[in-house]
Amino acid sequence: MTNREKYVQVFVDSFSVNPDQLDENFVYQCVPEWDSIGHMGMIASLEETFDIMMETDDIIDFGSFTKGIELLAKYDVTI
Amino acid sequence: MLNFDVFFENSPFAFNQMQKESYFFPAIKTLHQSHLQNCPEFEKISSLIGNEDLRQVEDLPFIPVRLFKDFDLLSIDKSEIRKTMTSSGTSGGSPSKIYLNSETAQLQTKVLTKIVNSYIGTKRLPMLIIDSKSVLKDRNNFSARGAGILGFSMFGYDIHYALDDDMNIDIEQINEFLQKHEHEQILIFGFTFVVFENFIKKLKASNTKLKLNNSLLIHGGGWKKLAENAIDNSSFKALIKEWSGISRVFNYYGLVEQTGSIFMECENENLHASIYSDIIFRKPEDFSVCEIGQEGIVQLLSLLPHSYPGHSILTEDIGKLVGVDTCPCGRKGKYFKIFGRIKNAEIRGCSDTIQK
Repeated sequence: MTNREKYVQVFVDSFSVNPDQLDENFVYQCVPEWDSIGHMGMIASLEETFDIMMETDDIIDFGSFTKGIELLAKYDVTI
Repeated sequence: MLNFDVFFENSPFAFNQMQKESYFFPAIKTLHQSHLQNCPEFEKISSLIGNEDLRQVEDLPFIPVRLFKDFDLLSIDKSEIRKTMTSSGTSGGSPSKIYLNSETAQLQTKVLTKIVNSYIGTKRLPMLIIDSKSVLKDRNNFSARGAGILGFSMFGYDIHYALDDDMNIDIEQINEFLQKHEHEQILIFGFTFVVFENFIKKLKASNTKLKLNNSLLIHGGGWKKLAENAIDNSSFKALIKEWSGISRVFNYYGLVEQTGSIFMECENENLHASIYSDIIFRKPEDFSVCEIGQEGIVQLLSLLPHSYPGHSILTEDIGKLVGVDTCPCGRKGKYFKIFGRIKNAEIRGCSDTIQK
């Protein structure tokens, strides 16, 4: 699996969405599953998938599918 | 809306009281005026309390905390509500209902992070929560306890819950967790009453001593139940150290009505106001401002409530200002102690009920 595929899979598993819904319009709270609890679960899942540990500030800033790609670059994960 | 840059560029306890007020007062005044414009009920209440001429923080009207139980107070359109928080209302009365839009929810998270990071650092720590996972069951309707747990979860990783669904302590799981993180600092979080009743008392009853020496505990949510057991802060700390090994214990004080801008205890057992909030003690007889050292009713101010008029609230708690800018811990601004509820006040502790 490419990093992109892994990244998409985390969203699909965390928020029960179709991959084709995932674009710059897919933002925090756009689906009921992406609430504050879903958010923490998604972060934990990303951290496990890419073997990273994000800083608290980045967890807060992680407001969209697209923003996440930008933030993961900080941890040497290229999506 | 408010420009928060100056508040986020600085450490939460960096400003002395005079510097702080030069930012805080204009900011809270703007916030106050926006609530007057956007919440008709609040406008009515304020006009009754009446003080048009706001020259300093102390001039702001303050509304009794119980109004959030009796009324739906919002400064936004109902369609903008993203989350509703409730406090449990232990006396059987209706709970407080706090309505959050995304802006207020985000501010709460950011400010909580600034304050807590100034204690534990920016690195996330393995985390043990002294509670049961079932507190988070209803995702759309958080109790104060659920919101607290979720808010603090951002500071942890490999998060484990120390209690099962029946609020029984899970020693085996705790020991496994400790072994895994033997050489790391561990963050422990829980509500004061739960830590006492379901953790420390149970450890004592089963004569089990844990070795959490490398941990720090953050707890909050009220002392009422502990006061009934005649336990004060120092004896609570001593018990925690004896049975769990934790020596760094920080209490925090705050209302669900002002989630995020909490007041944290320092190494000298004083609670501190950050640059996002302030505290005023008022004399019960005429609500004038107390002198340093004089006990009074607690008024809390916060820059965070934007979706509801909770920026200046009169609590039902009693406390006293210990000093300003001079705590030996180095944190600037006001530092204080809280003694508990006003006698005859309605009994209300946000974490004091066990949810089932």
